[in-house]
Amino acid sequence: MRKTLLGLAVLPLSLLSAMPMPALAAAPSQTEAQRIAALEAKVEALEAELQAMKSAAPTAVATQPAAAPVAQGQNASAEAEVDSLAASPAETEAASSAPASVAAPAGDSGGGSNANAFNPAISIILNGSYTHHSLDPDAYARSGFPLSGEGRPAPDGFSLGESELSFASNIDDKLYGQLTLTASSEDGQDHVGVEEAFIDTTSLPANFSLRAGRFYSDIGYLNGHHAHTDNFFDRPLPYQAFLGNQYGDDGVQVKWLAPTATFLEFGAEAFRGNNYPSGGAQNGGLGTRTLFVHTGGDVGGENAWLAGVSMLKTKAEGAEDGFSGDTTVYIADGTWKWAPQGNFKDGGITVRGEYFLDQRHGQFEYQDPDSAGPQLPLVVLWDGARRGAYLEGIYRLNRTWDVGYRYDRLWSDAGNPFAIVAGNFDPYRHTAELTWRNSEFSLVRLQLSHDKPNPDDSDNAVTVQYQTSLGAHGAHKF
Amino acid sequence: MKALAISAVLLAAGLFAAPAQAKLKVFACEPEWASLVHELAGDKVDVDSATTALQDVHVVEAKPSLIAKVRAANLVVCTGAELEVGWLPMLVRQSGNASVAPGTPGSFMAAPQVKMLEKPSAVDRANGDVHPDGNPHVQLDPRRVLVIAKALDARLVQLDPTNAAVYQQRLGDFTNRWLTAMSRWKTEAAPLRGRKVVVHHISWVYLWDWLGIEQIGALEPKPSVPPTSAHLSSLIATTKSSNTLAIIRAAYQDPKPADWLAGRTGVPAVTLPYTVGGDAQSKDLFGLFDSTLSKLLAAAKSGAAK
Repeated sequence: MRKTLLGLAVLPLSLLSAMPMPALAAAPSQTEAQRIAALEAKVEALEAELQAMKSAAPTAVATQPAAAPVAQGQNASAEAEVDSLAASPAETEAASSAPASVAAPAGDSGGGSNANAFNPAISIILNGSYTHHSLDPDAYARSGFPLSGEGRPAPDGFSLGESELSFASNIDDKLYGQLTLTASSEDGQDHVGVEEAFIDTTSLPANFSLRAGRFYSDIGYLNGHHAHTDNFFDRPLPYQAFLGNQYGDDGVQVKWLAPTATFLEFGAEAFRGNNYPSGGAQNGGLGTRTLFVHTGGDVGGENAWLAGVSMLKTKAEGAEDGFSGDTTVYIADGTWKWAPQGNFKDGGITVRGEYFLDQRHGQFEYQDPDSAGPQLPLVVLWDGARRGAYLEGIYRLNRTWDVGYRYDRLWSDAGNPFAIVAGNFDPYRHTAELTWRNSEFSLVRLQLSHDKPNPDDSDNAVTVQYQTSLGAHGAHKF
Repeated sequence: MKALAISAVLLAAGLFAAPAQAKLKVFACEPEWASLVHELAGDKVDVDSATTALQDVHVVEAKPSLIAKVRAANLVVCTGAELEVGWLPMLVRQSGNASVAPGTPGSFMAAPQVKMLEKPSAVDRANGDVHPDGNPHVQLDPRRVLVIAKALDARLVQLDPTNAAVYQQRLGDFTNRWLTAMSRWKTEAAPLRGRKVVVHHISWVYLWDWLGIEQIGALEPKPSVPPTSAHLSSLIATTKSSNTLAIIRAAYQDPKPADWLAGRTGVPAVTLPYTVGGDAQSKDLFGLFDSTLSKLLAAAKSGAAK
């Protein structure tokens, strides 16, 4: 295992160093002579166009035998008219050398001294919600699966949720960078956090790409996706329980796309291991390693699918749930989309499911809240496997409306030290949602859920959420 | 563990089994450019269209199958001008294919090759889905198609010099046939000059520019905002009073709004192919314009007969 990981990491690095200098794409600056030639050509074209207009006007309508061969002169005049519609050389050059198709500001095409022209694409997600729980979120306890990271019920009442600000741009011919900041509110305190800050290579040979910095792992399906692309207001239970909602950390990633007709992508990551399910940055700050494979394709023109298997292996020292030892999370994910004629935004059905297996080998330390006297941590050795899964279906009625249902569930394990009741209890939840979109850039969502976190309590929640996207039109993953 | 073993094997296969120089692989975002590549290159290249005439190319998803196709491509031929902004950048980034990145010879954008219309003076999403560079739907003006053909041919020559003679010869042949067809179309379309139309989405401006047709309204209140009944009602009077030729929609668009307005005004709703593959006759670019003109002329004839 470790060898393969190492191999995966070293290979692209050696490729990077051995990479030949790519041919320079930029056209050499125009010489004076070329410019004059271009202008002359333009003048000629304009003259020809004028000539054509003069000569064509009287004849065009009346006297043309339908099937007769076209006279050479007529073709020439048509050609001149065509030439006049070509973008002028200056325009073409400006257009083709513009950075990506990220929203370049609509500046003047002639000049080049606009400092703002190099500003990164800025995109802002504004998000807010109102939630009402029948069970006080502070009294919420999930038997066998302690609340970790952001994997917990939303607070009662109004909440900003997570609003984010993202900058993205090509850095140079070989690198792309992205920074995503989030603003969130916790107990009246505002937090601004760095959600992602990474660079990507854009020109490694053989379809390798490297990423470094802080980013969300590409394991599973939802983990690599930002929450604002989700179909529901919150993440499914297995994400909350096993990945603290979404696993991201400081690290590196290598991905490789296989040369096959079917989409087949392999990836490996190494992370510092600070965040749940990891903790304490073990192994000299290389606490977490992941491997994943994603594959996908089409079935006819109306169906598309994506599936994957992933593994996250981490060594934790004092993770957020009190666990120290080895954790391995396996994920299998599958997505199927059907849409009439392949117009996914106008209708159709999306079905998605993921299955989690969380294996722990180590010890769990906790303070017994009921014990009187000196608070000594209790240590419980644990070797167990918990599981989780969710299945969701979204029916898109048209470009404006969609409606969806999700069932998620967690399975405890014998001897689970996190269990708050004797015996095994498996938490589950039903969720339904209805979304209205005014445009591609704004939506309002109503979500109802029935959650059974332990045998004694159940939580019925209603959430109204708005979500908008301002600024650059970011492209989304499938 | 098994997945690992497979990955290692495939890795090795991908690295050491360098494939022999095969045909140029072209990824076209839209069917019209796939058709144009076919005219210019024949069987010298493999060309694949990412979308069909029945799909709205503004909102295509970055499907896994498309990533795999971009990965294999030597040349990407798309409209550009932000038409594909919601999916093409993601495909190129996820494919890891540096040779088709924006700004490289492997990336050919059609719209920037021609003079564009409807460049907005102010860019504000309150005005709907506006494209800062201008209206990107350039394929419906045969004059502009020819300009793009010339630029695209030069790009094919640049990327695949061994077949340069073929590309040049085919461009010459295409140009002759196209100019001949254009002069035929011009004659046929004479009765359409000066007529007025209502459209579903403002994707026809280059066709009207070529034919001298005037657009007097759009069913979408703002570009890419679905038609509302209030907005449709407001169009009834103008549509009725202007001796309107037709209400135009593309093959991929919802037929209901146009039918609704047609029912209340007596102006025929006409489905135009919009791109290659949009109807049975539009098998290639020639068929696209043959079909478009014959449908518009049929509407003009039925209007005159009334």
